[in-house]
Amino acid sequence: MAKRNTVKSMILTVVFSVISVVYVIPVFMVLLNSFKLNTFVKTATFAWPSGEMFAGWANFIKGMTFGNYPFYKSAFYSLVITLLGTLLILLFTSMAAWYISRVDSLLCRIVYFGCVFSMVVPFQMVMFTLSRTADKLDLNTPWTIPVIYLGFGAGLAVFMFTGFVKSIPLSIEEAAAIDGCGPVRTYFNVVVPMLKPTLISVGILEIMWIWNDYLLPYLVLDINEYRTIPIHIQYLKGSYGTVDLGATMALILMSIIPVIIFYLLCQKHIIKGVAAGAVKG
Amino acid sequence: MKRKRDNSSVNGNLLRKPIRRWFPLFMGPMVAAFCIGFVWPFLQGIYLSFCQFKITKNAKWVGLENYIRAFQDQSFTRAFWYTALFTIVTVVLINVLAFAVAYALTQKMKGANLFRTVFFMPNLIGGIVLGYIWSMIFDGILSKMNTSILLETKYGFWGLVILLCWQQIGYMMIIYIAGLQAVPEDMLEAARIDGATKWQTLWKVTIPNVMPSITICMFLTLTNGFKLYDQNLALTDGLPFIINPDGSTIKTTEMLALNIVSTFNGSGLHSRGTAQAKAVLFFILVAAMGLIQLRATRSKEVQQ
Repeated sequence: MAKRNTVKSMILTVVFSVISVVYVIPVFMVLLNSFKLNTFVKTATFAWPSGEMFAGWANFIKGMTFGNYPFYKSAFYSLVITLLGTLLILLFTSMAAWYISRVDSLLCRIVYFGCVFSMVVPFQMVMFTLSRTADKLDLNTPWTIPVIYLGFGAGLAVFMFTGFVKSIPLSIEEAAAIDGCGPVRTYFNVVVPMLKPTLISVGILEIMWIWNDYLLPYLVLDINEYRTIPIHIQYLKGSYGTVDLGATMALILMSIIPVIIFYLLCQKHIIKGVAAGAVKG
Repeated sequence: MKRKRDNSSVNGNLLRKPIRRWFPLFMGPMVAAFCIGFVWPFLQGIYLSFCQFKITKNAKWVGLENYIRAFQDQSFTRAFWYTALFTIVTVVLINVLAFAVAYALTQKMKGANLFRTVFFMPNLIGGIVLGYIWSMIFDGILSKMNTSILLETKYGFWGLVILLCWQQIGYMMIIYIAGLQAVPEDMLEAARIDGATKWQTLWKVTIPNVMPSITICMFLTLTNGFKLYDQNLALTDGLPFIINPDGSTIKTTEMLALNIVSTFNGSGLHSRGTAQAKAVLFFILVAAMGLIQLRATRSKEVQQ
């Protein structure tokens, strides 16, 4: 019996090894084609980049600047928006969630209900009016668009934080209050340390969302001046025919590598965050 | 999650009163941003769906005209059925495959963690980039048959199905793994002692216990399918299109979200109003599914 189990587990391992290899092929193809000359990407997609097909690093050098917009600039703006947006969301929604569950007034319930409601509203519903509002309030630069992310993305974060704050026993905060701790200090010195796992989970979900988001920044930002990575890549694709596919693959590879490094480093937290977010959402 | 009135109302005044004074700090920024980023655009969006407009300033009330136009728009109804069909196919495929993978990975197996890492990886890559990667691969294959993913509807449809499966199986797998790991070990053991076969144990013990995960994944894939935009845009952008006898064109692989955005970008006098009306209908559709989800998961939690 024990022997049969090990044989079975061996077979499973082999089967899944094969599936895993197939699974990473698309990413591997990007790597392969990023070293190919333009014309061969379409005609010999699956061939090894050797001989006359091999382009060396030329694609990467070209990819940095082509499409009338430097790649490093779009990467920089993506980073700014993602970091600022995530920080704003984490700070202000966790504060609001604490207030909501501790004060629990009628207004709090209305706000909470609004947040839950916003989670089911698709972006297309608000896209036009939101981009107008953002223009009017000067929220259309990478430095101010995080406010929009805070507003539109508040729902899930408030929902997850409120769920967690409710499970914290009141007695800890009461003890702090009796010892003369005001609400602000209680929040930052007592509540935030307990919130840490949820902060990480929510942070991961927000990072994944904002970094990859396309339509919101596309509609809100001034595209000639500010582009994020998804906008930049979509623009290249829009300019039919003239695109250097090899250089585009190099560019895609450059945009994927940081994400994969981030994933491998924070894998445990990412998977935990996804599981937590799903159970609540 | 049932909102329970915890004892904060009884002896929580010690905390409650002093916190209340800090409303502007704790709630102010979030509520202000929420109004700018959601409440106001949402309400204005509903209002504008009854108007003819180019910019928000010169909106003219036209009643239900936009909604009538939306329903008469063949590209919209076609996009609806196309989206529905696409969603049904992906919901079934993704859930069955994700559950199978999760089930296998929770058995005793070498390298399960590595496989889990690999399967989840595509989720980190955004929809636009995914679409671009896969259009290169599909065209690499299809160019050998002298065709392209942009030339035939069936290629566009199944291409997007493959893309979405590749992306989302890993995500749903994580949720199923969490559910499977929570199945009580003693229940499985009791089944084993009672002489249940593996198959019986799966159907009678495991699956009833992971029902909450199944509900979540079903509705996540359902709403994801309906709301799909980035991947659709990047892979085919709705191409190929067919030309109607009356000269209008219909993009055959266009889904609802893409249809709404392209209607917005249309040049006609009514296009923006019609697009906003479509967006409201789209919202009602997605929201209805979301609310059913919340209700279903809630009733599950009460039972436990």
